[in-house]
Order: sequence, then structure tokens, then C-alpha cells
Amino acid sequence: MSKSFAVSPSTSTVLDVRNATKRFGPVLALDNVSIQAHRGQVLALLGDNGAGKSTLIKCISGVHQIDSGMIQIDGVPTVIRSPGSAREAGIETVYQDLALFDNLTPAQNFYAGREISFPSWLPLGMRFMRRREMEAVTNGVLERLKVTLPGAGATVALMSGGQRQAVAVARASVFARKLVILDEPTAALGLRESRKVLDLIAQLRDEGNAVILITHNMEHVTELASLAVVLRQGRKVGELVPTKANQHDLISMIVGG
Amino acid sequence: MHAKTPTTPGTGKAASQERGASSAVVRTSLRLLGAGPVVILLALIVLLSFLSPYFLTGRNLSNILSQTAVIALVAMGQHIVILTRGIDLSVGSNLALASVVGALVFKSTDSTFLVVVAMIASGGLVGAINGLVYVYGRLPHPFIITLATLSIAKGTALELSDGRAIQGMPDFVRAIGGGSIYGIPGSLFVVAGVALLFAVMAKTMVWGRWIYAVGGKPEAAVQMGIPVKRVLISAYVISGLCAGLGAILLAGRTDAGSPLFGNLLELDTIAAVIIGGASFLGGRGHIGHALVGAIMIGVIRNALNLLNVDIFFQLIVIGVVIVMAVEADVLRNHLEGRMRVLQAAGQA
Repeated sequence: MSKSFAVSPSTSTVLDVRNATKRFGPVLALDNVSIQAHRGQVLALLGDNGAGKSTLIKCISGVHQIDSGMIQIDGVPTVIRSPGSAREAGIETVYQDLALFDNLTPAQNFYAGREISFPSWLPLGMRFMRRREMEAVTNGVLERLKVTLPGAGATVALMSGGQRQAVAVARASVFARKLVILDEPTAALGLRESRKVLDLIAQLRDEGNAVILITHNMEHVTELASLAVVLRQGRKVGELVPTKANQHDLISMIVGG
Repeated sequence: MHAKTPTTPGTGKAASQERGASSAVVRTSLRLLGAGPVVILLALIVLLSFLSPYFLTGRNLSNILSQTAVIALVAMGQHIVILTRGIDLSVGSNLALASVVGALVFKSTDSTFLVVVAMIASGGLVGAINGLVYVYGRLPHPFIITLATLSIAKGTALELSDGRAIQGMPDFVRAIGGGSIYGIPGSLFVVAGVALLFAVMAKTMVWGRWIYAVGGKPEAAVQMGIPVKRVLISAYVISGLCAGLGAILLAGRTDAGSPLFGNLLELDTIAAVIIGGASFLGGRGHIGHALVGAIMIGVIRNALNLLNVDIFFQLIVIGVVIVMAVEADVLRNHLEGRMRVLQAAGQA
């Protein structure tokens, strides 16, 4: 499959998972699941606890590997061996626990493990950091995403749940070149903070990323997602374009009623 | 903020001003806490200069510094380990072993260079064993392995030396440990040099950032692709190297290597790091904390000596200071939590 097969850029398929199957011992966590994520669109991944959502995104973000099936990125079959190789492929994941360092500033968090540094012939750990450059990029991104924080140089420890979420999403937005995966980004937030994060997700989408959103909130699904895929017991049981009118259909697909 | 406050834009403004004020209070308190150890040390020095006319003399100060040099040096290594949420209990025995190794090498070779290299390498080797066994032995906590090497290094030092101090160190080592230049103890130059090196490494090198990241949240460090295992091993190797350097200072000062050196040094260095203001929970603190803490321990001991307070009471005072320092850490955590709540309330 070559890139020339891709359709027009506005609807091009960034991620194409085909017949993904994953077993953990006797448990079939994913059974022949196929999903597609498109540039500039939000795909909602729905399902009850244990439906296989987390397993699926962990296979895409390199934490697990699928046993059979295929993952294509921009039409190219790709084996994602580790979180590092997923990031190299342009996939950023905002984990549920955010993976933020409380004791570091946003800029330090953004670049943890991939610091801008010199000289390039030394191993990364031995290099010297370009701190100003990292801070400038970070501040620019936070400004562009209209994230308000306790002040420059404040550590994440001083930030509210919403601010942390915003920092984690903003970090993903810096490095994502193709796909951003968000695992229940509003689960721990109040109304106003959720609003802010939803706006950030919309912005990521509008900047041309494909977005996969895991959430239990149907309002958020209808607001943002152009397509909702429902998983149950490791199988894809349905997909539809979410609207206010069909929320009930979605919910009955999730619970299997 | 108040239960009765409705969430209308008008009252929201007043509330946000109030929030601004209390957030400023929290910030100021956090800053005061951060400066606490230095302020207390300065206050202590001022107080003592009134209490004892001898305290602020050049000779006494130089005395304090040369007595604190070993604690300060080893505390800097301990500090890096504590930054990664670890602990190194082996530093005292490690130092003793390194001093014995150095004395034995001097006996058989007479080479200054080899003695210095042997002491540093001995320290680094014990550190490497700590780090490797902790990481690849998948131990839940470094407490156990460093407790084991505390015992092993001590036993090895006693075996090698037959339980006795071995006299004789090269002139160079004696000059570093016991000599002085223009009245400034030579050991002070070693401490200052190492402190400067560590400060630069922590602030400018990627490695330094990773030490803080691993201590801040090890799981996230793995997710972000930081080589956590190598970072942890490096921390223990550095702590071991500091113990080796400490051996050079102590052996130089006493012109001997002894298996009894470094007794309870692990407690002094941990106390110095904590009293200086680094967090026992990892990820927070800088090299200045280890230095301030070490000097504070030195000053307290010296002062109680000058004031003729008996030696048993010194232990009690230092213990109380440790409790105060740990409580300050707890208070800081609490204030940060308060700050988070204020930030959440301020999100429009």
C-alpha cells in the first residue's frame, strides 16, 4: 500500500487498524477490531470498563503489541514496538494519569526524555540542554492554546487538575505530527475545567491532527466526535455518527441492551 | 470561596481578587519555607557570635569547615540518590573501605596517583554494586541493598586491615585532607569544586534533568522514554565516588586508613540533606541544600562544644532539627495542595 492511495488531504486516513487481535493468556482482549482515524477529525472510542478500549490504545501507543492484524500509519504498515517508536511515528498519547512530573515546570515536562540539547554526537544524557529554546517553544504553545497557568516557572505541583490536563494535552500537541490519543481527559475535572480541555481538543483537531478520544461522557462525544466506535468484550459492536438524537442507541450499544 | 457566593460575573471578580490575595500568601509561605534553612543557619551564626566570643574567629570557622568537609562531600552524593527517591546507607562503610584500600596501596606501591585512583575507584565500585543490584535485582527499595553493602564493605575493610588503622598517606593526600592555603582548608577546595560540578551538571545537563524526572515520577519517566535504570545506577555510582573522595579527605587529615572511619556517616549525610531542605520524597532539592545542611550540623556541634553542652545532648538537638526539617517538607506539600485548590477555583 503506497501513499498515492490516500484520498484528499482533508479526509486522509492517518491511522488504519485492521483486524487487531490481542490475547492476554486465556483472555481475548481484542477480537478482530478495525478502526480508522482521519486527519482533522475526532474519533470517539466508547465502551464499558473492560471493553477493550485501553488495550486498543495501548497497542497503538506502543505499550502492547497486537498478536495479529495490521496497523497502518499514513497508509504504511507499521510495527509499533515501544512508546518511543509510537512517538517517533508522530503519535502522542495523553495517559489517564497524565504522566506529568509534579516537581518540574511545564517546559521541563514538555521535553522530558527528548530535551533539545547539544552536541548531538554525545548520548542524550551527556548533552547540555538548550533551556531557553525549550521554554520559548513551551510558552508559545501554551499561549496559542490559551492555557492560563500560575505563572512562568511554576512547577506542575502548584496546578489544578484542569491546568495539569491542559499541560499534558499541550505537550501532546507540540510533538504530535499525526495522531493524538486522549484517555478520559475530563474524567477528574469539574465543569469549567472540562470545558477548557474540550476546547483544547477541538483546537488540536482543527490544527490537522487525527484525534482518538476515550470518554464516558455522551455530551462530549456528540459535541466533538465525527464518528463513534463502540467496543464490547473486545469486539467492535457498532459505529455511528453521534448526534443528540442517537445518544440512546450509543448507550444501548455500550451496555449491550 | 464562600458557600453563599453565586457564580455570577460580578461577584466572581471580587472572589478572584480574594483568591489572588490568598494565592499570594501561599506563594510567599512557600518561598519562606524554601529559604528557611539558610535563614536559620544565618540566625544561628549571629546568635552564636553573641553567645561565644570564640565562635566567629577565623580559626574556629576554619575548624568547623574542615570538620564538615567530609559530611558535606558525601552528603552531596547522598543528595543525588535522595533526589531519585533512594537512600544510600553504605556511604560510611564505603568510605572506610576506600581509606583502607588507599592505605594498603600506598604501603605496596608508594605511588600517590595509584592511591588516589584506588580510593576513588573503590568508592565507585561499591556504588556501582548498589546501583546494579538495586536495578537489575529488581529490589523494591534501595534500603536493603545499601544496608547489605554497608555490612559487606565494613567487613571487607576489617578483613583487609585486620581491624586496625593503617598509618601512612602520600603527602599530596595529607595536603588535601589536612593542609591549608592562606588559612583556607584544602578540603574546602575539594568540596567547592565538587559542588560546582554537581550544580552545573544538575542545571545544564540532560542527565541532571533526568535525575529530577526519575525522582518526581518514576512511572512517567518510563513512559517518556527516559532510561530510568541507567539514571538510577548513575546516582549510586556518584554517591560511591563521593564516599571515595571523602575517604581521601579523612585519610589525608588523619594520615591513615581505618575500618572505623565513617561511623554513622550515613545518618549524618541523610540528616544534612533533609535539614538543608531537600525533600525526602525525591525530586526536590539542589546541591546547596546538602551543603547548608552539612554546615548546619557542623555549626550545631561546634556551638554545643563551645557552650560546654555535653556530647549526648548534641544528638538530641540534631534529632529535633531533623524532625523540624521533615515537618517543613510536610507543610510545603500541604501548601502546594492549597495552591492547587486555589488554581482550580480561579479557572474561568
